[in-house]
This record gives sequence, structure tokens and C-alpha cells, in this order.
Amino acid sequence: MRSFQDPELVHALARRIAALAERLPRGVTFMEVCGTHTHAIAAAGLRRLLPSQIRLISGPGCPVCVTPLGYVDRAVALAREPHTIVATFGDLVRVPASAATLEQARAEGCQVRVVYSPRDAVELAATHPESRVVFLGVGFETTAPTVAAAILEAEERRLANFFVLSGHKVMPPALEALLGDASLALDGLILPGHVSAISGARAYRPLLARHPIPAVISGFTPVDVLRTVAELVQQVVEGRAELSNLYSRVVREAGNPTAWALVERTFLPVAARWRGLGEIPGSGLTLAPAFAARDAEQFPVALPTPHEPPGCRCGDVLRGLVDPPDCPLFAGVCTPDRAVGACMVSLEGACAAWYRHERAGGV
Amino acid sequence: MSRRIVLAHGGGGRLTRELVRSLFLPPLANPQLAALADAAVLPWPGGQLAFTTDAFVVDPPLFPGGDLGYLSVCGTVNDLAMVGARPVALSWALILEEGLEEELLTTFVSGAQRACREAEVPLVAGDTKVVPRGKGDRCFITTAGVGVVEGGELGDGRVRPGDAILVSGPVGEHGATVLAARHGLAGDLRSDVAPLWRQVAALLASGVELHALHDPTRGGVATVCYEVAERTGLRVELEEEAIPVRPAVQAVMEVLGLDPLYVACEGRFLAFVAPGDAERAVAVLRGLPEAGEARPIGTVQPRRTDQAPVVLRTAFGTWRPLDLLSGAELPRIC
Amino acid sequence: MRLVTKEGWRGVAELSGVEREVSLLLLPEAEVGEYVLVHAGYAIARVDQEEAEETLQLLRDALATEGA
Repeated sequence: MRSFQDPELVHALARRIAALAERLPRGVTFMEVCGTHTHAIAAAGLRRLLPSQIRLISGPGCPVCVTPLGYVDRAVALAREPHTIVATFGDLVRVPASAATLEQARAEGCQVRVVYSPRDAVELAATHPESRVVFLGVGFETTAPTVAAAILEAEERRLANFFVLSGHKVMPPALEALLGDASLALDGLILPGHVSAISGARAYRPLLARHPIPAVISGFTPVDVLRTVAELVQQVVEGRAELSNLYSRVVREAGNPTAWALVERTFLPVAARWRGLGEIPGSGLTLAPAFAARDAEQFPVALPTPHEPPGCRCGDVLRGLVDPPDCPLFAGVCTPDRAVGACMVSLEGACAAWYRHERAGGV
Repeated sequence: MSRRIVLAHGGGGRLTRELVRSLFLPPLANPQLAALADAAVLPWPGGQLAFTTDAFVVDPPLFPGGDLGYLSVCGTVNDLAMVGARPVALSWALILEEGLEEELLTTFVSGAQRACREAEVPLVAGDTKVVPRGKGDRCFITTAGVGVVEGGELGDGRVRPGDAILVSGPVGEHGATVLAARHGLAGDLRSDVAPLWRQVAALLASGVELHALHDPTRGGVATVCYEVAERTGLRVELEEEAIPVRPAVQAVMEVLGLDPLYVACEGRFLAFVAPGDAERAVAVLRGLPEAGEARPIGTVQPRRTDQAPVVLRTAFGTWRPLDLLSGAELPRIC
Repeated sequence: MRLVTKEGWRGVAELSGVEREVSLLLLPEAEVGEYVLVHAGYAIARVDQEEAEETLQLLRDALATEGA
């Protein structure tokens, strides 16, 4: 698969894009909505291979960045409960909440464990029968099935002490909200490869029928991303607005039906709050009634009043309205070490990626 | 709420640096400490003495290629070697957790013995404390080491624009090996942990114009380069394609979502060498079996104020800034 | 990663000789020898190598024509 990193191909694609861009009547803005794209584009320095008419922006694709403050507050409150272990993916531990981060809660003596897989959290439940193990289920279509599988594993192993705090989200309703927002003026969408591997290309067809726009399902290598950009520019130049699957080695029309069936069995769609986008109908996943006993929301905890950091423009960054440096806090008050907004915490966050890889203009 | 120490304070990134600069340096300031070198260099009758101390915690304590005891001796003599000092004597202080298996302790002692033999240095003083179960993670080791500076002056103050940067071998092997063990990954992985004095001595004896040496331990190659760039006001330019990373190390990094330039080596060093001497320095290192893959990976350049301190030229010819690590490097979700 | 063993829903996947356990619960149809995409310990999609090769070949051909 090294060929997808082939510098010669990358440069040939960059030349193709430059030639196509000359036919653009104006500058264009393409949005990706996947943290792995954010990271991949920044790490390979791909923006520097694109002509100035093409602007790539990051939308709400970083799971921890779109997770609302109240969710992290609840996670911290749960961690402070006696006999409770909170298990989480690493990105979440430093996300600032109203009162404290999970990292700070851990320093106070709470049990917060970083895991690589929801299965590790099930294992924790097995080895700590005296504790409640709460897994923080955050992520999109890619992650939700793995958490569903972990819940079923806990059921099979009769581990009554395994719980999930579901903050899962699905992408199409959020895309619909973005495309319905006239202030954004997007010219094309770079659709997330891993999410699409589960949901399939078909998940986007209804919303793209309602809001026609050039849209490409994309992989993550430099060759993949540049092919995607070339296709988007071509569609704009030719006045087309189609869904194109350029990640067909992984993404099929129907996605992964086994995984999706598992999600539908374990979760129910609900309205959910997205940081920056507000509440979007049908965009969240809550545990289905059959699994209500696994839902960590059942534990009553005192929550602080949600306190959004003043001045933070995460919300506008997530909607692509501003680039990270346009936020007054960027790189001054808000840095990856003392993050004010969630977009600065995760490596996939638009602000963190910009801070690490794009900030020094004079490289 | 009072501020507390979090794990990221020990990650080798920006928080570690902040802790050192704001909490330790102001009250304890002196010229040697302020240099923030791997070892302090002290004037001494008839020469210069190098003095260093280090603390070791590693999970797991046994890993392919080494163990906590071997690592503790290597880490200490390597700190001395980085200021051009031949190790003369070491001390070893152990904090043992109640319940530690004696067999594990024996392994650490054998590891230390092997490292002392390889580095030709005696361990001349020690101390042992035992803490109640739950108050420590099996075994913590703290060392001190003294050495005699043989290399004339080495240090970031001597680094000049144009200097070549060499690496003594493939990077990231210690970090990848330990992380793989921690996350249940198996493969052809082995920590690079080793004493470095022999390689440094060969460079010093060859007469090449050496300016500075650094071992990229915690925080890896990127962090060390960042610190040099910051201390000198110069800019480090690295070539991504030139930096040797073994396929198995690359694979572990891909699986865990980490960057090999930010994970630890425990038996490699970077040498900052006068431009005309780079080729000769590489040849000297390659003459030793343990540094057969030594090679140039970048250069030092002047820096304008608007430029990033460290940049990496990618395989695609684009430049990417390498920043300090923020907190502990965390696995990504998506 | 390439799937190297499969026993029920337990599998082992490999990349450059580095092996990790993966769950095949979400991809029961995966066969030993196939390439799979692994996310959070679970294989979630097959990676079609033939398709990948074809994509690259088509791309190379197209770019060569453009360059000419």
C-alpha cells in the first residue's frame, strides 16, 4: 500500500489539480468531516501542494471536538463516584469541561483508564467485579459498532458492572444541518472513509438528493486525498454535483451491514447536541430499551452548570466559518497544553492540527 | 481548585519543560543547572567532571532487549557520554514495593551488572527502601553518575548554522517495543537500549569537529531537535526520508496512531557535526557494529523569527513543523 | 492489516510482522490472507487489494496521458 504514498503520483496529482484550478471561475472551499482527514492533510503538508484558489477546511469530524460540555461534565462526575472506573479513549482525558478534565480528576485520585478498544473496558469489568466500569462511548459510525459489540460481549459474559455513557453520533444529519446553513457556502464535501466503510455510500444519497453538492468518499493517504480534491474541482468546473466513491477498495454501497445491524439492535437514534452546531434531530445514538440497564445515564450525579469558555470559537471552527487562527484565543490563551476549547485537544481537532502543522507560515 | 501534577508533566513535552522552568529553575538557579544539559559539567582540578542523576520507571519492567536495571545503567552512562564524559562511577537507589518478586529484582541486578560490564563502569554506592504495597509500581530506580570529560567542550552553544545532524541508528525502537508490550502487540521488536560511550569515544578520538551530542530519550528525535533549536535560536531541518525507522517500528506506530519521531530511543544519539566532517563522522560510526546504520538526517540553519524551530521535509517535498509534544502522546479515536 | 489466523470471531492480524489480536464480530466474512481495516480492536472492513491495484494503475495511466 506504499504506492498510495508515492511522491511521483502525489506530484502528478498536484499538477493535475493546478491545471484544473485554472478553469475555476472563483476560489472554492471544500470541507472534510473526519478527524483522520484533518490529521492526514496536516501531517503530509498537503495544503502546500494546492493552488491558492482551493481552501480545505475541517468540519465537525473530530469526535471529542463535537462532544458537548455536559457529556464530559457527566463523565467527570461519574469518575468521582465511589467504586467507579471510567474507561475512555485517550483523546477525551484532556478535554476541558465546566469544572475539571478527566486528567485532573485522575490526579485527584479518581479511577480513569485509557483504553484502545471497548473490549479492554469489558475486560476491566471482568477483573474488577467490585467496581462499576463506565465506558465513554464517543465517536461516529466507525466506533459505535465496536461499542455495540462490547455491550453484547458483556451481556454474554454476564458482567453486570459494565456500563456505557453513550455520546455516539452519526454523520448524515450533521451534514444535512451544514448543507442547510446558507452562511457556509461550501463547494464540496470530502466524506469520511472509515465512517463510510460502516454506513456505506448509500447513507449519503438521500441528503445529497435534497442538497446537491460535489461529494467524494475519500481514503486517507496523500494520493487518496489529492485524487479526491481533483475530482471535486473537476465537478465544480463541469458544473456537476455527484456522489463519487474514490475509496472503493474499502467502502461499498451498502457499507458493513453486519456492523450496522448491530448498532441498530443496540442503539436508538435520538436528537443530540453537537458542540458548535447545537441540537440536531436524529444525530445521536442512545442505548436501546433492551440495554437500558447498561446505560450510565441511570446513575444520578450532580452536574455543574455548563460553562462554555468565553471567547472560544470552537463552534465557528467546527462549522468552517473561521480558520483556527481567526479565534482570538488561538495559540495565545489556548494551546494544546492548556486547551480552552476541545478543538485544541485532540490531534484530530482542527485547532490542534493547525497549531502543530500549519501555524508557522514561514516553514 | 489547587493545581495538581498530571501524568503529562512527565511526558517530556511542553508541560515537563514548564515544570522545570517555573518550579525548579528559579529557586535553584546556578549556571550548571541553567544549562539544562544531560549532565552538569563541573570544573575540577586537572580537568572537568560530569555529574548526572536520573530516575527510571518503565511498564513493563522486562521487555525484549532489556530490563529496568539494564536501562537504568545505560541511561545514566549515556547522559554522561552526551557531554563527552567517560563514566567513572555510578550509584543506584531502589524503591521497592512490598510484595515484589525477588526473581524480578535479581533480573534487574543482572541487567545492571551486564550494563556496567559493557560500559566499563563500577556501581559503587547504593540504597534500598521498601514502601507498602500499593504505594509504588514494583520498583523505581534512581541513579547518579560521575564521569571525566574527555571531549573538550561539547554543547548547544557550539552548534552553528550549516552543522550536519547525524543519527547513530534506527529510531523509536525502545518506545515501540515497550508500547507494543503494553498493548499486546507481538513482532520483531527489540529495544535499542545500550551504552553509548564506545561510539562517542570513537567519534572523539577520530578528531571530527563535534559540536553537540544528544540522546533522544523521552520525547524522541523531534523533542531533542526542538530543544536544540530553542536554545540556539537556530532552526533544525530534518529529512523525513533520511530518518531510519524499521518496518516493525513503523507498523507499531501506525497501529497505535503515534509518530516514531516522538517516541524514545535508549541507545541512539544525534551528533551535531561541522559540515565538512559529516561524512567522516558517519564512516567512524559505521566502523562500529552497533552503529552500522548511522547516517545524516538533517542540518542546522539560521532561523527567521517567523519560522518554525524544527521542520521536517516530507517525502512529497512539503515542509511540516515539528512541535513539542503536548501532554502524553495519546491514541486517536477516529 | 492482513488477517493471519481466524478461530470463530477471534483473529490475528499482521502488519510488517507486528501481530495483534482482532475481533471479527463485525466482519465474520473475513478470510485468512485478506487485508482488513482495524478500528479499536475490531476488523470493520475488507480492503480489496485488486481494487487498490486497479485504482493505482488507472491513475498512473491517466496521469501519464496528461503528462504527455
